[in-house]
Amino acid sequence: MNLTRRTFFKVAGVTGAGLVATPNEARAATVAAPGGAAMLVDTTRCAGCRACEAACAEANDLGPPAEVSSLEIRRSTDQRTFTVVNAYQPPDGGDARFIKTQCNHCVDPSCASACLVKALEKTAAGPVVYHPDRCMGCRYCMVACPFDAPKYEYDRAIPYVRKCEFCADRQARGEAPACASVCPTGALQFGTRAELLEEARTRIYQNPDTYVHDIYGEHEVGGTSWLYLADVPFDRLGLPDDVGTRRYPELTWPFLSAVPLVLTLWPPFLMGLYAFTRTREQSEASMHEGAAPAETETHHD
Amino acid sequence: MTNTSERAIAPQAWVTDKLLMGLSLETYLRRLVTPFNLVAAGILAVGLPLIVYRFAYGLGAVTNLSQATPWGLWIGFDVLAGVSLAAGGYVLASTVYLFGLKQYYPVLRPAVLTGFLGYFFVVVGLMVDLGQPWRIPYPVFYSWGVTSVMFLVAWHVFLYLTVQFLEFCPAVFEWLECRGLRRWAVRLTIGATVFGVVLSTLHQSALGALFLLAPTKLHPLWYSPFIPVYFFVSSIAAGLSMVIVESMLSHRIFHDQFEPERSVDLDGITLGLGKAASVVLFTYFFLKLLGLADGARWDLLATPYGWWYLVEMLGLVLLPCLLFAFGVRHRRVTLVRYTAVLAVVGIVVNRLNVAMVALNWDHPDRYVPSWMEIATTITIITLGVLTFRWIVNRMPVLRSGPAFAEDH
Repeated sequence: MNLTRRTFFKVAGVTGAGLVATPNEARAATVAAPGGAAMLVDTTRCAGCRACEAACAEANDLGPPAEVSSLEIRRSTDQRTFTVVNAYQPPDGGDARFIKTQCNHCVDPSCASACLVKALEKTAAGPVVYHPDRCMGCRYCMVACPFDAPKYEYDRAIPYVRKCEFCADRQARGEAPACASVCPTGALQFGTRAELLEEARTRIYQNPDTYVHDIYGEHEVGGTSWLYLADVPFDRLGLPDDVGTRRYPELTWPFLSAVPLVLTLWPPFLMGLYAFTRTREQSEASMHEGAAPAETETHHD
Repeated sequence: MTNTSERAIAPQAWVTDKLLMGLSLETYLRRLVTPFNLVAAGILAVGLPLIVYRFAYGLGAVTNLSQATPWGLWIGFDVLAGVSLAAGGYVLASTVYLFGLKQYYPVLRPAVLTGFLGYFFVVVGLMVDLGQPWRIPYPVFYSWGVTSVMFLVAWHVFLYLTVQFLEFCPAVFEWLECRGLRRWAVRLTIGATVFGVVLSTLHQSALGALFLLAPTKLHPLWYSPFIPVYFFVSSIAAGLSMVIVESMLSHRIFHDQFEPERSVDLDGITLGLGKAASVVLFTYFFLKLLGLADGARWDLLATPYGWWYLVEMLGLVLLPCLLFAFGVRHRRVTLVRYTAVLAVVGIVVNRLNVAMVALNWDHPDRYVPSWMEIATTITIITLGVLTFRWIVNRMPVLRSGPAFAEDH
């Protein structure tokens, strides 16, 4: 019995070290600095030329983008297309609106919090990057992402997750992301999140009749590094309006914080239960036999 | 002692005794030709090449998974339902060792074996589903994503598989007649049981907690902040019901394993388990009701998804709960057994609902598993059943162990 208990606590200690101590530290590290890189997408300026798509495909070596008219088909990103421009026709007629979509590079991303091997990581610089050498292909990031940004190479025998990485390598060299560097209309503006929020607010303030008085991505899912301005409600441009303003990792946080509690409270409770049971059995046995409980070790089977 | 020396002298006799169940190779092989085995062989003949095909050409060649639906039947059934149905191991181990209800001992070993094999084949199913299964040790040994609920699941399934193997070790050592090793394995029992309950509490609920990150994707009737509690409580009911079903099937299929002189009150055990399952199912139903009230989406009950939700809650949770209660009260053992089947179906449907039906419920592309996904799942179940049978026919699982196991 002594040996069993000792063994048990030894094992519990080992796993406790792995499962209790670390989440707090790691969580702090996933939240990016407010000055990180960001992109302002002003959909009122987008002409739908799709130069960004071509530049993205070239920069990421994805092959030429699909030869389709963006007006005709509603497309989504996939494992070989990290960004798409879609057209939305207003219901009351009028000009089509164009919107570029890609990974929004959340400030506190759901995908990174969901990844059990840290293959997805929010860097302090701003981009949410992917480490293909760690990914085991569970695809939980795809379930967790409210924008469906991560895509999977189902057609490969050795598949990886693919998505926009905000041209983190170009940013590290001091260059703007490929898409922003080719945008002819100024619909894409690259900068820090703080300064782009100022810029967006200024545009709304100076053109109050043009813009919706809201910046998509300022508060959505706790903030994203890609920010959108529009002159029609955002959900009409296909941006989800049901994602809320909570940081997604907060959704699992109550559960994860209960884990240490269960790990520390369950064992003594269960051991106590066992002790009661054993005492009861021994007293019953001694009553039946009218003798002291046996000194020999009990076999638990 | 004599056993050891005999084994060293005659390995052939050992093979005959331990592996061929005392038959000559020829007789053994001839006895293998049964209708059941032919069906099993047919399933494996289709399924095993499919698994090879899946690894050669990728998930897309075999599954209907898409960019919108990254999880399908293999996660919904093989992993989520599989883990909940394998809960009998920890439920029965705590019943017998921690609560001291020794009358359930006769069904403990099969429950532990079902649990161990259940988890083992959950991992097999998961490896078929993972994009790069050879990296399965990464979360344990290479890169720790501690903010992930999946990280907890990975660690706990790994640890719990080990714990369940230790829990089953006494039977293995009785089979191999290793007296000393068995004594050591038995000494670990209480520690393993307590650790097993802790691990099960956490990872059963963690499998539900995975879906907390999908508030916009999982239908509001199924999404709830309480989903970890639902998964945990329903796993207890699933475990109890599976033990009833499994003992019913075992008594029919392996009747030669039951010695007439060792009277086992299986009816009494079944009624006791049924009573417990009834209470647990009622708790589960009540908790689900609380969650429904908390979500305050009563309006959705009048939609097709709402009807399906009601089928699950009334037909597959409340109905088995009441049938268990009725059956136990009137000592209708057969009714309790069939109710257990219904309860098992109910938990499986719940897991499939969460992972497949109610997930991406408003997405234009609906996922339906391909025949190859279904065939692979059936193949993995068949492998599990065959392994179970192989072990039961050799090791003291249903029958009592050798004499040295009884010395109290």
